[in-house]
Amino acid sequence: MDTEFLSGIFLKLLTGLPLTLNLTALSLLFGGLLALVLNLMRASRVGNALASTYVFVFRGTPLLIQIFMIYYGLASFDAVRSGFLWPFLREPYWCGLLALALNDAAYTSEILRGGLRAVPQGAVEAGRVSGMGRTLVLRRIVLPLAIRQALPAYSNEVISMLKATALVSTITLLDVTGLARAEVSATYRAVEIFLCAAVIYLALSLLVTRGAGWLERRLSPYKFGVSA
Amino acid sequence: MEFDWALLGFGPEGWGMVLIRAGGMTLVVSICAFLLGLVLGTLCAWARIAGSRWVQRLAIGYTVVLRGVPDLLVIYLFYFGGRQVVAAVGTALGFEGPFDISGFVAGVLAIGLISGAAQSEVLRGAYYAVPTGTIEAGRVVGMGRLMLFRRVIAPQALTTAIPAMGNQWQSVIKETALISVTGLVETMRQVSIAAGSTQEHFLFYLAGALIFLIITSLSDIVFRLAERRSLRGHQQGHA
Repeated sequence: MDTEFLSGIFLKLLTGLPLTLNLTALSLLFGGLLALVLNLMRASRVGNALASTYVFVFRGTPLLIQIFMIYYGLASFDAVRSGFLWPFLREPYWCGLLALALNDAAYTSEILRGGLRAVPQGAVEAGRVSGMGRTLVLRRIVLPLAIRQALPAYSNEVISMLKATALVSTITLLDVTGLARAEVSATYRAVEIFLCAAVIYLALSLLVTRGAGWLERRLSPYKFGVSA
Repeated sequence: MEFDWALLGFGPEGWGMVLIRAGGMTLVVSICAFLLGLVLGTLCAWARIAGSRWVQRLAIGYTVVLRGVPDLLVIYLFYFGGRQVVAAVGTALGFEGPFDISGFVAGVLAIGLISGAAQSEVLRGAYYAVPTGTIEAGRVVGMGRLMLFRRVIAPQALTTAIPAMGNQWQSVIKETALISVTGLVETMRQVSIAAGSTQEHFLFYLAGALIFLIITSLSDIVFRLAERRSLRGHQQGHA
């Protein structure tokens, strides 16, 4: 085992970590906001149809095609190229982030919908009866219950976004996977280098799993005993 | 800009036939990977339910690793890593290079392994949803282990597992798009080639997305029918 080579590779791959984390966090943030909007749209019939179509299209096609469509596809419209968004859509970073966020929104909105559906009608009625307004009920009763319910499924979504960021390496971005790919074409030592990258992702997803477990215990102490 | 729709047709300039063949390749790769995943998932679920402590640990390790690493990285590892291993073994055995492994094999192995980890969780959950009373009842009437599995456990567990297995199948279809990085000409690769050679990027990626949408929605219908069929004889509508 060539430990010197391995530690060198490991350190080099770690320089891609900020980009990987940045893309994960921002796509979860924007995707989450869009998911909330999608769920609010479901109140009206037209909005419901729109939201369903959105979810159907983004969950029914591979993320890789979505990324390529935004990065290569949008540039073939003259309107896009002369539009004010072109400085952004020209950059692989913004295209990748856009695709990840749009994709995440489709999955997160379904998770959130499941959580919202699990809120008992009685709890909402009790809030209304005791004189809470609509937003107060949403803030103090519906969202806390829904989020608690959706947390386990959401932690899986966080992990799959973390893994999904690897796809931006196909549009020339140098995240952990992109750097690994570059190193492999320089040294031809594919097994060692890709295993190093795998260890980094594995550590991150274990961290997410642990964190979610901790949060779940904090949010529902009645399920796990009050000691937490 | 105007789309040149004839490019998607079946005329001399059209890519229609090529795209259909690529869609078929996506389907074949998906089926192979899903079946491999089913075999691995079943073995792994069995190991976790009934294995000794070490076998259980091994199975847990497999699921944790394969669910924590990006699919793209696993495919790279199998394709480029596999090539490296084959070359090393080949050279050691005294063969002359160059060595190569097919994108099809590497892709099916990688996605089958990934899917196996996820399917094992589904199957394990389904097993635990089988009421213990029915298993005991089977034992009491003198069924052997195999008979018990075939007549009592499998029918009930598979019914529970169908919707989640449908989801697994859908993710396998979408993951096969990643095999395009190995150069295997499935839908994703084919639309990239077409987009590059005609410079109609949006049109062809749109066509690719449509092919995937058709495959995923058709399989959704199939799985729904299977779900309904598997629920024959169960009480309905108590929710």
